[in-house]
Amino acid sequence: MQLQFVDLAFLIPILPFLAFAAIVLFTRRNHKLSAQLAIGAIAVAMALSYGVFFEALARGASLGKEPFHYTPLVWYDYGNAKFSMGWLIDPLAAVMLFMVTTVCLMIFIYSAGYMREKIADERGHSVEIDDPRYSRFFAYISLFTAAMLTLVMSSNLLQFFAAWEVMGFCSYALIGFWSFRGAREHHIDDAQVGRARAAALKAFLTTRVGDVLFMSGMIFLFIATGDLDFKTIFTPDKLNLLATAQPFPLAGVPWVTLIALLILAGTIGKSAQFPLHIWLPDAMEGPTPVSALIHAATMVAAGVYLIARTYPIFVKASEIGGPAMQAVAIVGAFTALFAATMGLAQDDIKRVLAYSTISQLGYMIAALGIGAFVAGSFHLVTHAFFKALLFLGAGSVIHAVGTNNMMLMGGLRKKLPITSLTFMIGALALMGIPPFAGFWSKDEILGDALRQGLAGKPESTLPLIVWGLLISAAFLTALYTARQIFLSFFGQPRDEHVYEHAHESPPVMWFPLVVLAIFATLIGLWNAPFFNGFFNFVGAGGIFGVEREFERGVFDQLALVSALISVGAALAGIFIGWLLYGWHPLRAGQRDPLARLGFFWTLFRNKYYADELYGYSIYADGSGRAGAFIRFVVGLASFAFTFDRRIIDGLVNLGGAIGRGFARLGNFFDHYIVDGLIGAIADVTGETAGGLRLVQSGKVQGYLLLALLGATIFALIYIAKSLT
Amino acid sequence: MPPIPISFYLILAAALFCIGLYGALARRNAVAILMGIELMLNAVNINLVAFWRYISGDPAKNQTGIVFALIVITLAAAEAAIGLALIIAVYRSRDTVNVEDVDLLKW
Repeated sequence: MQLQFVDLAFLIPILPFLAFAAIVLFTRRNHKLSAQLAIGAIAVAMALSYGVFFEALARGASLGKEPFHYTPLVWYDYGNAKFSMGWLIDPLAAVMLFMVTTVCLMIFIYSAGYMREKIADERGHSVEIDDPRYSRFFAYISLFTAAMLTLVMSSNLLQFFAAWEVMGFCSYALIGFWSFRGAREHHIDDAQVGRARAAALKAFLTTRVGDVLFMSGMIFLFIATGDLDFKTIFTPDKLNLLATAQPFPLAGVPWVTLIALLILAGTIGKSAQFPLHIWLPDAMEGPTPVSALIHAATMVAAGVYLIARTYPIFVKASEIGGPAMQAVAIVGAFTALFAATMGLAQDDIKRVLAYSTISQLGYMIAALGIGAFVAGSFHLVTHAFFKALLFLGAGSVIHAVGTNNMMLMGGLRKKLPITSLTFMIGALALMGIPPFAGFWSKDEILGDALRQGLAGKPESTLPLIVWGLLISAAFLTALYTARQIFLSFFGQPRDEHVYEHAHESPPVMWFPLVVLAIFATLIGLWNAPFFNGFFNFVGAGGIFGVEREFERGVFDQLALVSALISVGAALAGIFIGWLLYGWHPLRAGQRDPLARLGFFWTLFRNKYYADELYGYSIYADGSGRAGAFIRFVVGLASFAFTFDRRIIDGLVNLGGAIGRGFARLGNFFDHYIVDGLIGAIADVTGETAGGLRLVQSGKVQGYLLLALLGATIFALIYIAKSLT
Repeated sequence: MPPIPISFYLILAAALFCIGLYGALARRNAVAILMGIELMLNAVNINLVAFWRYISGDPAKNQTGIVFALIVITLAAAEAAIGLALIIAVYRSRDTVNVEDVDLLKW
């Protein structure tokens, strides 16, 4: 048997991890070498991933039911249970490997340029300096990539969760990347340091809420089935067991529903869905490649991937009538629209993209929720490419003009030709204009929702609602993206100083943009209705562990109508965007035309006051303030603390004091009475002996004399007795 | 001639015992003390033999008194041997046979 790439798949996550270790331990001081190491490791990993991907393609759709599954390493042997480490490559994992490594490599190359800044020194010469923690940045993103790849390939849920948490940490470290001591000397002001610090904490703690729930779900799954290996739990036996058995205190709720809802909570945290969406916009404080890598292309995708990976559980939950799938669909669809409205009113070029990411993740989750597994996972892949492209493009703009504020940009098209062209390709993909990638995947989701919604069955109300929400979101997506493009690239410069300063980014930065733009243009064709390549690979053979077969997307009248509606919505959005921002370009100091929405504008701009209501607001000067809900919880906690401190501790201390009093009494008794008695006996004995010992003279004749005396006394007594 | 009454023997034995007791108590020389003890033992022997002769009845059938006296003589010999050996040992180590100076065995 010849060696296959799949047998070497374990190297894919290990290589970036080794790069991380090498950078941290050895090459930290050498910026250039560190970057080369990280890029080299991910490039080799990408080559291997492509090998795995094409091998999987060659195997074809049957791989869905019979994935490559290796568990060579027993992690922990625990009685009847055994945790192993290994990798599982099914079609979806193969596609994810392809996507993650490609996007990561592009972002790594881009970072090499982005983390270097051109500044003027004291003599006015333009010099390039690296970010002071250049190497550390590459170490973190390498570790992050290693974790993401581990997660994609994991063969069991525990390994999945471990990688998931490592990503959480990397996210924390990278969002707060510019919050170190002494950052001020490197042109990072105190406010930015404060914002970065607060945003990192906010992201970490918010996702933690989801993580804890996900972990409880995992523990329940282990309790119910006794295993966490995907291959073991996704067997009909185990799934039926999950569907019939019920957790002890919750009679009437089968395990499968409970576990599915807890897993959904994990996804809500990681993929920034409502109501845990608040962290992602603030996470934009990190360097832009981080936003592209973590908060657009990969980490937030992990949440969607989690649902895709544990899809058999969700399918089982919906088969027995639990609300799990419906919850997924509602959360996703609602978030898609909810985030899109907030995206309308942002001035920060990255924040618009952040809300757009939340919204697009909502699409994927909604798609999974209505059973459109293939469409949802395809959108996951295409979105990663064009969203990474958009973020890197935004980064290129920020790098060129030195500000995130779109109100200070304008007319940058002439200064940044490559960036603006690639950005617009990404934008068209995001808006869903054919033939760009986003159209094919988004339209498939909408088409599936519409097809199910018009099926006329009692359960088709939900898909119809989902379709309504998603099509509105599609319209808003086009609108806010058009606004973003017209504000930054078209019209007249609104700030002369910023405009004068702008320059096209170096090739190391625009090269990844071009590559990603090519992917964003072409990748959608893979699953165009006349080709259906993605479906044939991922969906046709069925999903590992799911009994149900998926229907092939047919290009009938309904599909055409759906496509026309979605393209129409997108074009309407673009047209309105052009009317508002393109026809009469915004001048410096002018109010945003959308501000005429009045109350809604205020609401969108303030993110529905979600931060004030329960989240954590971060202000421009770097200070932060917790929302009402968090403050309520903190108040409750401090009340409980005071109660504990004063009442409970008081009682405990009182008990202690009483005990101590008794102990003192006992001590007194012991010391004076018991010890005194024993001492007295000893003293009396000692005194007596001291007197008597003088008799012991050591002189033999003395003793004899005493004996004589005794004998005489006895004799006298005897005589006296016999006389009477 | 009337037989000598027993009291004569007893008075002799008492006199001898007292001389021996005086020697044992009053002399400082260890050898002299040993000699006093010998005198006391002999006084006891006289008593034993005298009582045997006057009280036991037929002397031919009953030799208890003489045997007792013989045992005491044997004991006295052994005691003298040990006592003298002790005295020599003390003399060697302390250069004296004066019992006043040999008083280590005290409080």
